Amino acid sequence: MKITLSHITKQFAQTTAVSDFTAEIESGHLIALLGPSGCGKSTMLNMISGILPVTSGQILFDDNDVTDLSANRRGVGLVFQNYALYPHMTVMQNICFPLELQKVAKAERMERAMAMAKLVHVEELIDRKPSQLSGGQQQRVAIARALVKNPNVLLLDEPLSNLDARLRIEMREEIRRIQQETKITTIFVTHDQEEAMSISDKIVLMKLGVLQQMDVPQNLYDSPANCFVADFLGNPPINKTTGVVKDGGIQLDNGPLVHDDRFTNLKDGQRVTLSIRAEAATVTNENGNVDCVVDTTYIMGKESLAYVKLGDQRIRIYIPADHEFGEGSTLHLKLGKRGVFVFDETSGDRLI
Amino acid sequence: MMDIAKIKQQEKRQRLFDKIKPFGYLAPFAIGVTIFTLYPIVNVFMIAFQENYNYITKTYDSIGFDNFAYIFSDPYFIQALQNTFMYVLIVIPISLCLSILIAYLLNQKVKFKGVYQTAYFLPMVTSTLAVGLAWKFMFNYRSGVINYLLNLIGIESINWLQVTTYNFPALCIYGIWSILPFTIILLLSGLQNIDPLYYTAARVDGANEKTIFFRITLPLLKPTIFLVLIINTISVFKVFNELFPLFNGPGVSNNMFTVVYYIFYQFRVRMPGEYGYAAAAAVVLFFIIFIFTMIQKYIEKKAKE
Ligand SMILES: Nc1ncnc2c1ncn2[C@@H]1O[C@H](COP(=O)(O)OP(=O)(O)OP(=O)(O)O)[C@@H](O)[C@H]1O
Ligand SMILES: [Mg+2]
Repeated sequence: MKITLSHITKQFAQTTAVSDFTAEIESGHLIALLGPSGCGKSTMLNMISGILPVTSGQILFDDNDVTDLSANRRGVGLVFQNYALYPHMTVMQNICFPLELQKVAKAERMERAMAMAKLVHVEELIDRKPSQLSGGQQQRVAIARALVKNPNVLLLDEPLSNLDARLRIEMREEIRRIQQETKITTIFVTHDQEEAMSISDKIVLMKLGVLQQMDVPQNLYDSPANCFVADFLGNPPINKTTGVVKDGGIQLDNGPLVHDDRFTNLKDGQRVTLSIRAEAATVTNENGNVDCVVDTTYIMGKESLAYVKLGDQRIRIYIPADHEFGEGSTLHLKLGKRGVFVFDETSGDRLI
Repeated sequence: MMDIAKIKQQEKRQRLFDKIKPFGYLAPFAIGVTIFTLYPIVNVFMIAFQENYNYITKTYDSIGFDNFAYIFSDPYFIQALQNTFMYVLIVIPISLCLSILIAYLLNQKVKFKGVYQTAYFLPMVTSTLAVGLAWKFMFNYRSGVINYLLNLIGIESINWLQVTTYNFPALCIYGIWSILPFTIILLLSGLQNIDPLYYTAARVDGANEKTIFFRITLPLLKPTIFLVLIINTISVFKVFNELFPLFNGPGVSNNMFTVVYYIFYQFRVRMPGEYGYAAAAAVVLFFIIFIFTMIQKYIEKKAKE
């Protein structure tokens, strides 16, 4: 099922939770809806599911306009952040419940529920109550319950946020496996960039209700649309320095001039943000793009993470661990082809 | 070295003190309960088995079941048992259903919430006697509002308070009304403890309001319902106060005896007071309530599995 969202806006009394959101989600894709807390991810998901009405805009499932359909008529499977398994029902009854509501005959109900239980690997647990399950098991049951009615779309709102770090990694791979086995169009809300990067076909990145960029994870990383996208993705976070364009280079505030062929087209006098990923700057013996002074270094196996100073501005870079760079020594830095971006300082728009 | 021994001893003393301290806090309450609750209970049990007990001299002839034999052959006691059981059987289920319904409606986002709240707190904050008198007026044959309403729907006036057959229904109506507020408040707090996410989840799966109520709300409310049942059963078995404002006693022709009224009757209305019979009736009531509570506990446990 292809989902088309066109010009969706959601207005609560004071806040605009989602504004003019337009995106197309291909059939069979797993999409991560990513963004900081409060940016409108849940609101967007709830509008797709039909729990919340849109203020304006249109939602299409394939070519059908579902904007005004209630949640139960859209055929969506929903997994809540805290799973919302009915505590008084067993796992089996929980999974069966949506089918019961559709008046599916008992034998078929049991059969389909069992198939789902097997798909998510909880077939051993079907007689237990939710309170007798671990977080990860509850999560699987919630997915089974969402999938059992063969929904057109599977929607998950931060399904992993209640789990510990190891289980999160395990469960996100499970979700990926289940999604690929069922080929169901899936939207997955998260505020964890690593989670989004690792399992999704495409990432939709939001900020304050506005879509920032929608692309495959690698493209988001390699060519962010704006300063916010570059900031949001990547670990360690991208280095941000500020400066002004001067003589085909960037004069950093209280720092050196950074030369680069790429900078020659920039407008003289424009204030910019120069963002450099830690792995984009390498130490060189020849003339680099800029010189820096070593501040502190942390050895981490084959490489060291070093804080170096460009005048007053500090950035993080990787340097080979076998090099001895004392504090205060000067290094020539070469900026790589990837991972160096220039943004307009005020608008955050990408210039390079 | 000396110091360590000293500190150890100090700590030991401190620990002992910490252990004793809670009992100090408990003492006033414990003493009160012992004097005003435990002692009378024990006393009642003893008096119930003392034959020909004399309240003035505190003497008795023998120990035995005479008192029980007497009350079970007393038609008033049998009537009291029948009335009380009927009363419980009628008031408990009806008040429970009504309060679940009202609590459910209150829990929806209704307008005029304030009005409702005043309405359901009213019986709790006004004195039983004042309210009872108000009901006496409402039940009035000629000018009462209940008969007025009945007339509106084409039913003839009923002489609730003066004709024996209608005494019991009148008592039940009043009893149900007075037990509602407390029940509603308990159920409402139970309802508010249910995560609305369950409703959303069910709705997304296509459940309508009726299905949600019977499949989600009621089962999740079950613990509160059992709590309410136990509390109400105990209080309803003790029906007594209600008789005075409505009938000034046990009905127009001594037809409205209840077990507690029978106890009251034996030691207060009869001259001289028959403390032995009163105590025996109290013991019987104790066991009835005890057995009912146990049955409910048992059902609750079964229901949980
Ligand atoms: N029912 C509501 N009434 C008013 N404002 C709301 C309502 N629901 C959400 N909002 C506001 O809309 C904005 C987006 O909320 P939303 O829950 O979609 O954020 P989110 O991205 O899911 O955040 P999180 O990651 O913390 O779950 C927030 O500013 C929030 O305060
Ligand atoms: Mg959210």
